[in-house]
Amino acid sequence: MIEITLRVNGQNQKVAVDDPNMPLLYALRDDLGLRGPKFGCGLGQCGACCVIIEGEAARSCVTLAIDTHEKEIKTLEGLGDLDRPSRVQKAFIAEQAAQCGYCTNGMIMTATALLSRRPRPTETDVREALAQNLCRCGSHARVIAAVLRAAREG
Amino acid sequence: MTAITRRSLLCSAATVIVTFSLPRGAEASVNTVAADSVDGYLSVARDGGVTVFAGKVDLGTGARAAIRQIVAEELGLSPGRIALVEGDTALTPDQGSTGGSTGIMVGGVQIRQAAATARARLLSLASASLNRPVSDLETSDGMVVARGDGGAVSFASLIGGAAFELPIDKTAPLRNPDAYTVVGTSYARPDIPAKLTARHAYVQDHRVDGMAHARVVRPPAIGAHLNDVDASSIADIPGAEVVRIKDFLAVVAPREWDAVRALRQLKATWSEAATLPGSDNLFEAVRATPVARVEMLRSVGDAPAVLDQAQRVIHATYSWPMQSHASMGPSCAVADIRDNGGTVWTASQSTHRMRWTIAKLLGLDGAKLRLVYMDGSGSYGTNGNDDVAFEAALLSRELGRPVRAQWMREDEHGWDPKGPPQLLDLRAALRADGSIAAWETVAMPPVNTPNAGIPLLAAVAAGLDDGRGSQSGFTGMNSDPPYAIENVHAEVRWLATTPLRVSNLRAPGKIGNVLAVESFFDELAAAANADPLALRLRLLSDPRGREALERLRQMMNWTPRASPLERTSDLLEGRGIAYVHYKQAENYVAMGVEATVERSTGAVRVLRVACAHDCGLMINPDAVHAQVEGCILQTLSRTLFEEVTFDRARVTSTDWSSYPILTFRDVPKLDIALIDRRHERPLGAGEAAAAPVAAAVGNAIFDATGVRLRQAPFTPARVKKALDEQAT
Ligand code: FES
Ligand code: FES
Repeated sequence: MIEITLRVNGQNQKVAVDDPNMPLLYALRDDLGLRGPKFGCGLGQCGACCVIIEGEAARSCVTLAIDTHEKEIKTLEGLGDLDRPSRVQKAFIAEQAAQCGYCTNGMIMTATALLSRRPRPTETDVREALAQNLCRCGSHARVIAAVLRAAREG
Repeated sequence: MTAITRRSLLCSAATVIVTFSLPRGAEASVNTVAADSVDGYLSVARDGGVTVFAGKVDLGTGARAAIRQIVAEELGLSPGRIALVEGDTALTPDQGSTGGSTGIMVGGVQIRQAAATARARLLSLASASLNRPVSDLETSDGMVVARGDGGAVSFASLIGGAAFELPIDKTAPLRNPDAYTVVGTSYARPDIPAKLTARHAYVQDHRVDGMAHARVVRPPAIGAHLNDVDASSIADIPGAEVVRIKDFLAVVAPREWDAVRALRQLKATWSEAATLPGSDNLFEAVRATPVARVEMLRSVGDAPAVLDQAQRVIHATYSWPMQSHASMGPSCAVADIRDNGGTVWTASQSTHRMRWTIAKLLGLDGAKLRLVYMDGSGSYGTNGNDDVAFEAALLSRELGRPVRAQWMREDEHGWDPKGPPQLLDLRAALRADGSIAAWETVAMPPVNTPNAGIPLLAAVAAGLDDGRGSQSGFTGMNSDPPYAIENVHAEVRWLATTPLRVSNLRAPGKIGNVLAVESFFDELAAAANADPLALRLRLLSDPRGREALERLRQMMNWTPRASPLERTSDLLEGRGIAYVHYKQAENYVAMGVEATVERSTGAVRVLRVACAHDCGLMINPDAVHAQVEGCILQTLSRTLFEEVTFDRARVTSTDWSSYPILTFRDVPKLDIALIDRRHERPLGAGEAAAAPVAAAVGNAIFDATGVRLRQAPFTPARVKKALDEQAT
């Protein structure tokens, strides 16, 4: 049993890890009760589990929890809330850029990381940044519009 | 425990396990969930807030906004004052499954009539209290208002907290569509802000005290029997247990990751099984399958005789592969089975039917079983949600504690019920002037038993169900041409069996059927050297269909000419159209595609999709737009990339690399024209625009290259092969 400290959304959280192979996603969802990161594939293929670790978008399903000890982790709930959504969340709401919304965590987290790296992305930049984020409902066109809107209004 | 009723839940809130806070004052209509009574669908609380109880659910489609708009418009109050309960078997009337694009067309229309009946009652109550004739009264903003002197009385004081005790009056007058102020506007979806800030609980997020996490262990081959399980192989995992019932095998653990570890680590031996034809031999197997029943879809004139005697007959065979729902989030459910009943939290599209299915299979009292709908990852028909709901219930009953079961990615891709394979033979007779004298379609989908549900994996494995029965939707529809042709013979040969378990998958059968019909129509147009759009218009009299095509003509800047274009460069550009009158009864959709084909690689790139869409009255145009976008993009994905592969034993496309879907790089420019028909009945928007996508892409490829693709998906390898054959 190893105890690790995760700095999630600005708070230090202790998590007991009995299997060193446990992905971060399980610590976030099951130990800390977060809903933002979703289990989609567990294989690093879809992006539903995205979080931001030390400023970079990362897939929490293929990131070991123990490797994130004392690292700065941001999840969807840490970006903003209903009263004060982040500018990316606000843009997604304005574009109604979700159908079921299951993939949207990954879209917003990846877009947030993109915009902090590149505040004025082209549409091609957006498509490339999101190329490994899958959506089954077909919300893509609105997601692109939302990211460009967030950049514009940022 | 006694039967779970709306009364018991709403009146004894302390003992209720609810996943949402119950709408204020919903106790006004505790007595009934009858689908023919006003109280079944709505109640007015003491404060005048209205709660709507809908048997059908919002699958990310915007119905949550649209249903509120419908009720707000009929009753005369703001949609923000309406709470909505969806799909909860104890609280909502059974309006049937959510599917086939019936959420608004059937479910919404029932609720609209309930609201109209309620409004009529409110007006007559107000007439007595204001001492004015009903004809002087109007409803607005939760009040009944008298014209002229402005005397007014609120809904709350007229009926707040009391039941209507009225059957739905089918003749209760509806609002005049010309006066709509809420219906027809793009009222924002109320669920989106919470979903986008992680404040919304999906079924995957639901937790119950004391629950175990479960994973089901699938056999290495479909139909394999379980020989042995070595429970000691997971002894080192804290709290992990094995559950076995005949061939049903599962692991549970208090922590989710430990259940996943146990799944990976458990040693079990299974018998061998090799019951499948293999996806490479799929269509040979389909053709060799016995026919269970023949349905004459359309018979006009005497097509077989005309074809027999014709000078010029063109024939072609089209096929559509098996495809997965491939939902982004693996199916999940939580069940707490106790005292011969209990609760199941599920994203099933059919909570009302599944309640009785689960009760029957587990020998529970259906009256004591409650299914609570919670959002899951989008589903487009029956995916794994019904399976996993039963798995959670079965395990909870076995273990005597709450269980949360979730599928793994390989379960979702490997074991979800698949969209069925389709094979269609077409023939047409052409006259000397190139006009079509006769048309024949023979469609060969697997047999469909409507409303039967599908055999559930765990029920079959545990020996509770014989695994027979098949439901995959009305997969024969739209295999007949929508055009005025003198002799038409369209028959559906329903096949007795099909490889893999099947279910209804978005626009069931219609995408493959329209691919066949609308591609073949273009083959005939090309044979006659005719412009495909002009030929369609010549043979189509329905004004709504014609308008959709005319709109498309403008959107595409269509210049008349025959296909294909003669070009020799490597990157070839083409255009294609397709048209559908959905189910020959519902939406009118005209679809146009501009695409390039790279001759050297066979890569197809769809640059632009234009769509003219008529679904009658639109409750919420932005939600319709989003559904049409979804139909187009998901179907482009199915058309270009998707094919379930399997060997003799099992599905081999079990993740996103072996079953790729459309990515952001592949998304074309979308131009969607929504035709406003506010005096027509509202139709669904979740399926129809899917139907013509593949045909429009195929026709664009033909226009670009002169090569006709008759088998989807149109992968580079398949396109390249066709181009190479053309060259020789
Ligand atoms: S769940 Fe992590 S990438 Fe799919
Ligand atoms: S919105 Fe449903 S998967 Fe993207």
